[in-house]
Amino acid sequence: MKALILVGGFGTRLRPLTLSKPKPIVEFANKAMILHQIEALCKVGVTEVVLAVNYRPQLMSAYLQPFEEKLGIKISYSHETVPLGTAGPLALAKELLNDGEPFFVLNSDIICDFPFADLLAFHRAHGGEGTIMVTKVEEPSKYGVVVYKEETGEILKFVEKPQVYVGNKINAGVYIFNPSILNRIQPKPTSIEKEVFPAMAADNQLYCMQLEGFWMDVGQPKDFLSGMGLYLNSLKQKTPEVLATGTHIIGPVLIDSTTVIKPGCLIGPNVTIGPNCVIEEGARLVNTTVLEGTTVGKNSWIKSSIIGWNSSIGKWVRMENTSVLGEDVHVADELYINGGKILPHKSISSSIPEPEIIM
Amino acid sequence: MTSKAIILIGGPSKGTRFRPLSLDIPKLLFPVAGKPMIYHHIEACSKVPSMKEILLIGFFKEEQLKDFIQQTSKQLNVPIRYINEEKVLGTAGGLYHFRDIILSSDNPESIFVLHSDVCCSFPLEELQQFHQKYKRHCTIMGTQVAKEYANQYGCLVRDENTAELLHFAEKPETFVSSLINCGVYCFSPSFFDVMGKTMVDLRASNVNINSDYPEITRNRNLETLRLEQDIFVPLAGTGTISVFPYQGFWRQIKNAGSSVYCQELYLNHYAKTKPEILKKGDNIIGNVIIDPSAEVDPTAIIGPDVYIGPNVKVGKGVRIIHSIVLDSTIIKDHACVIYSILGWSSEVGLWTRVEGIPNYTPFLYSQEKRKGITIFGSGAQANGEIIVRNCIVMPHKQLDRSYSNEIIL
Repeated sequence: MKALILVGGFGTRLRPLTLSKPKPIVEFANKAMILHQIEALCKVGVTEVVLAVNYRPQLMSAYLQPFEEKLGIKISYSHETVPLGTAGPLALAKELLNDGEPFFVLNSDIICDFPFADLLAFHRAHGGEGTIMVTKVEEPSKYGVVVYKEETGEILKFVEKPQVYVGNKINAGVYIFNPSILNRIQPKPTSIEKEVFPAMAADNQLYCMQLEGFWMDVGQPKDFLSGMGLYLNSLKQKTPEVLATGTHIIGPVLIDSTTVIKPGCLIGPNVTIGPNCVIEEGARLVNTTVLEGTTVGKNSWIKSSIIGWNSSIGKWVRMENTSVLGEDVHVADELYINGGKILPHKSISSSIPEPEIIM
Repeated sequence: MTSKAIILIGGPSKGTRFRPLSLDIPKLLFPVAGKPMIYHHIEACSKVPSMKEILLIGFFKEEQLKDFIQQTSKQLNVPIRYINEEKVLGTAGGLYHFRDIILSSDNPESIFVLHSDVCCSFPLEELQQFHQKYKRHCTIMGTQVAKEYANQYGCLVRDENTAELLHFAEKPETFVSSLINCGVYCFSPSFFDVMGKTMVDLRASNVNINSDYPEITRNRNLETLRLEQDIFVPLAGTGTISVFPYQGFWRQIKNAGSSVYCQELYLNHYAKTKPEILKKGDNIIGNVIIDPSAEVDPTAIIGPDVYIGPNVKVGKGVRIIHSIVLDSTIIKDHACVIYSILGWSSEVGLWTRVEGIPNYTPFLYSQEKRKGITIFGSGAQANGEIIVRNCIVMPHKQLDRSYSNEIIL
């Protein structure tokens, strides 16, 4: 079986992190975002993953090459020279995808439990051309809502940002299709959600299956942190042995084994710390991701922030409110950073008391 | 040769800009660099060899000052007396009213007059020598300030050759001079006669009311007379007053927050004059005073310009910079306190940050927003892991979330 992952472009919403790395290889919970998806696809027997990329495919292939062997999976790249939307890449990768079997398609920003085996079984059972996963949301008026028959899952229509309640299930960005879908799409900019799905629904060929458990589009910093919390909570249920333990830990916390946490720290809930980091005495981290090679100084307090690779945070720094530090950023002692977005390779020597972008 | 000193201390209604700290003690007893604000004045007076007596004139209740006066008098070995203005007479009115008490005993040849709300090195002997050299009735100590702030004070124009005060303008709207009045004076006994005559003249001029516009030509109530506007202004340029040019540090202690900046000046001064009162240690940066009864964890880093009062507890990994921490306050582990005043028995929780915005200008507001020292009134508490930034917290308030740019009632 094959799968297509819609990687797309520059990942601007996750800047400044994506100024240093393409978004799919930014680590989410200590693993490149796209590896969460590729590993889940491997488990269900997918043998080839096609990445639909329109920006610097060589950066990704260099990173992912070792994993092809490790996971026993072939990774191909379908390079869009012009952005083709969410459907066009299927047509572009037609030859790579069509082996007569159904194939998976997923948006690269999605984090969830990826129940691909259930999805495949459900898809085979209803016999239609495609199945999309739907997830329940609190505020359906912000999204495109999927209206379907409760008994069979057959999709009736899509309503974009409904002002009147029509349902609370939205497209989760995870699909499985029969190869015949490829006959519906041309290799030109096309939206799968707005153009292809309504046509399939009209032909009674599109079904949906509700996703159990957590789901998050982690394409921007605030959601990246919420998604991390959901993911770590899910690890706590499924594989608690990978989480950190000790009196200095509160709630689910993931810490790479090469990282040093000095005495007197208090970490968690919802914290991920990457490899080769040092967290000095008396530091406090909450709802935060610290990426590889970073040092946090003594007695600092960091909440709801993402700290980029090889950065350093001084002593008695307070950082909060979705601050995002790019790669190689250095924050001096005793500063207050409130919602600062700091571009790579900057040294910060005065406080950022109100949310601000530091070029 | 004998001298006396008078410190003009005003009364409770003059301390409102010092709230919320003046809700607990009179402003003039608020600790600056570890000593009550007017202790610095009294100490300087006590060092003048010819000093016979220090008089405090104001309208506080005597019992609020009694203990301080007794202790300080004993400690500095100088007589201190409080004179209560039964009704508010103004700075000049009070001095003149009590002239017999001031002049009667000891026949003082020099009378120093000090405003309580100023901070400087009080070089009284130099002032006295200068006063005697120029032989006028009164000498005003003047200092240079930045041109853009000068009109916030009493502005002096001085004859460079004769040292005479040529012109005096109290808080003018426009620039007059960057030489300003320090609020420190030296009088000869004869100056009281000059004051008396000036007051008579002023009252005489007050009868010139234009009957067509009585409400705008009627002068203010002359029950109270102010030293600066009512005496120095008319006497400038009459050969009566000299100006002593002072070169050292000076700052007005206008509101509660300014005591942090004044403390910095006093601590710098102490580093040169009595370094033994400053704390030394690996965890101390710059000039710091820590009361011996305070418990400061050795992993806490303190300074520069910090005072930590009696029975204060400072936890592990705490950082305190440019701040005043008053008696029995508790600062828990990993907290960070910057440009703040923590009132008596207040509390700062784990990993909490209490921070003011340094503002060394005499203006409390910038673009209509208060920017300054964060102040905790007595018994105020900040829970753990919050930030309190550029705030004034009223006494006994408990904060359970972060605040910025607010007065928290």
